[in-house]
Amino acid sequence: MLLSYREALNQAMREEMRRDSRIFLIGEEVGYYQGAFKVTKGFVEEFGPQRVVDTPITEAGFTGLAIGAAMAGLQPIVELMTMNFGIVALDQIVNNAAKIRYMSGGQLSVPLVIRGPGSAAHQLGAQHSQSLEAWFCHVPGLKVVAPSTPQDAKGLLKSAIRDQNPVIFIEAQLLYGTKGEVAEGEYTIPLGQADVKRAGTDVTVVAYSKMLVVALEAAEQLSRDGLDVEVIDPRTLKPLDLDTIVDSVKKTGRLVIVEEGWRFCGLGAQIAESVYAAAFDYLDAPIVRVTGEEVPMPYSRPLEDAAIPDAPRVVAAVKSVCGAA
Amino acid sequence: MCSPRALHPVFYLFPAPLGIDRRTSRLSRPVVACIMSGMDRDDLLSLYRQMLLIRRFEEKSAEMYALAKIAGFLHLYIGEEAIAVGAIAALRPDDYVISAYRDHGHCLARGSDPGKVMAELFGKATGLCQGKGGSMHLVDLANRFMGGYAIVGGHIPLATGLAFATKYQKQDLVTVCFFGEGAVPSGQAHEAFNLAALWKLPVIFICENNRYGMGTPVKRAVALYDNVAEAARSYGIMAERVDGMDVLAMRALMRTVVDQVRAGHGPFFIEAMTYRFMGHSMADPSHGHYRSKEEVEEHRRRDPLVLLKQQILDQALCVEADFKPLEQGVGEIVAAAVKFADESPFPDPATLHHDVMVED
Repeated sequence: MLLSYREALNQAMREEMRRDSRIFLIGEEVGYYQGAFKVTKGFVEEFGPQRVVDTPITEAGFTGLAIGAAMAGLQPIVELMTMNFGIVALDQIVNNAAKIRYMSGGQLSVPLVIRGPGSAAHQLGAQHSQSLEAWFCHVPGLKVVAPSTPQDAKGLLKSAIRDQNPVIFIEAQLLYGTKGEVAEGEYTIPLGQADVKRAGTDVTVVAYSKMLVVALEAAEQLSRDGLDVEVIDPRTLKPLDLDTIVDSVKKTGRLVIVEEGWRFCGLGAQIAESVYAAAFDYLDAPIVRVTGEEVPMPYSRPLEDAAIPDAPRVVAAVKSVCGAA
Repeated sequence: MCSPRALHPVFYLFPAPLGIDRRTSRLSRPVVACIMSGMDRDDLLSLYRQMLLIRRFEEKSAEMYALAKIAGFLHLYIGEEAIAVGAIAALRPDDYVISAYRDHGHCLARGSDPGKVMAELFGKATGLCQGKGGSMHLVDLANRFMGGYAIVGGHIPLATGLAFATKYQKQDLVTVCFFGEGAVPSGQAHEAFNLAALWKLPVIFICENNRYGMGTPVKRAVALYDNVAEAARSYGIMAERVDGMDVLAMRALMRTVVDQVRAGHGPFFIEAMTYRFMGHSMADPSHGHYRSKEEVEEHRRRDPLVLLKQQILDQALCVEADFKPLEQGVGEIVAAAVKFADESPFPDPATLHHDVMVED
């Protein structure tokens, strides 16, 4: 069936909440407002305000509350209105959610999903437009997921909810309205499994979330120039399915990594390091990264466009790695 | 402002001037007699014994730190024992308890095996957390001790979450959250107070006001330093101050508060006035630039152990000789704890990556 990314997320949570009464949803405007981005449309009507909990604007407080509830046997889903506000809750996420199992020697666990939109939308300014996945990926004890299609969004969110670890689930605001084919009925997609979104033989491009769309667009253009690009979506950023990426690189000998986040210490740097370590001898050219520019996101449209990777930049990167620039 | 005073058992029985000194929050002798009337000799000696265990455990920990058997940060609870013991005595075994980094006392009062606690301080594989937590991060799930946390104020939202979960699951449990007065001005404390009050969560916040956040006196850290409970009252949370050196007062107040919170009347805040006899941590002398030797000595005169013993002797419920076996028994337990910790193996480095994730 054809569903939007938003509807797929809605369906995933709805199915899981029907299945298990320990699951509850908590966050700003998730209930009567129907979600700031309408992802939780109809939830408070179906599940009631006990399970669809509107909060004051206190991310540290309610994220901490959800962690405590998870320690006591519940399975909370925290909606952050945007991932930017996760910075306010970072102490809870890093010092509590991620560490409690380890510090307690395995006595406690924190089965929790923290989800919401990350990366830039259109002209929302510096504080509402950033890609923080590398921050979360850096912390042992967290899983990080960033789906790019409705099919993946549904299957991965269901897995994230069932996972007994804290999972940061990063959605893409600009993808909420995009439609795609979603399998009928119950299904899950395991965390930690990449997906080859486009098979090819000449160059491997790794991209996730909104950048996957950009990478596919670039691949389409490149095919007209006779370059056959393989596009891999890791889908789960941590744990990363390195095997799928390495297998592809062994075939193509060339790798371009596309990410919206800042370059320095970005996720692509880690992927590149891992690929160099695992497949150095198979590479025919240095790995090239296409990243967001190292600036706070500007408001003005032309400036914003200049700060975010787009298809022409990916095309140029692929050509350069092929020595065809 | 709420008037929680009416809830205090002491105020049911005695007019305030007779029952309790509002300035010091201390119980008068007739009130002590009344509280004790509901307790038998064994109950009283059990409270004394628990406080003594914490005292001797902490003294031994300090010794072990000096011998480098214990490393890192070590924050001792000496002087504050009456709060943990009095409060936890009013709980059921399935109620939740959570604490900050000065957590040995709460963990022991909850019934944790002193050997496993000491082994954790030694960083041994037999410790409560297999050596991965340490002094500031004791956890004993079997005794519903949900952990010690070392970011000031950061565990208070967790307490509201434990309480949220019990309410969500319709369990008649309460959650008790211990923290110092230094945590009260933190943003996370205020967010937690607001959520607890907003959703009437069954959580009891116990502020151990030992008058110093490390070396900074409460006067220089909290705007309403004379009455830090106002922070909670401003959210509509009922609050009461108690003499935290008096285990009987602590227990009596807690029994009333626990009943009320368990009955679903929302959160409660207790400000327990206390004093730490030792430094902030082992890295800090008991007195120094920030407080005088005379001040420490003055507070030591109200040692919670001495106070309880005097109260018991005053009521002629025991004689001095009855305390002797307690001292000996506790001494043996602590010695056995040290022996167990010392003889236990360190964790195998192969366990380094265990328990990062559930599947590890």
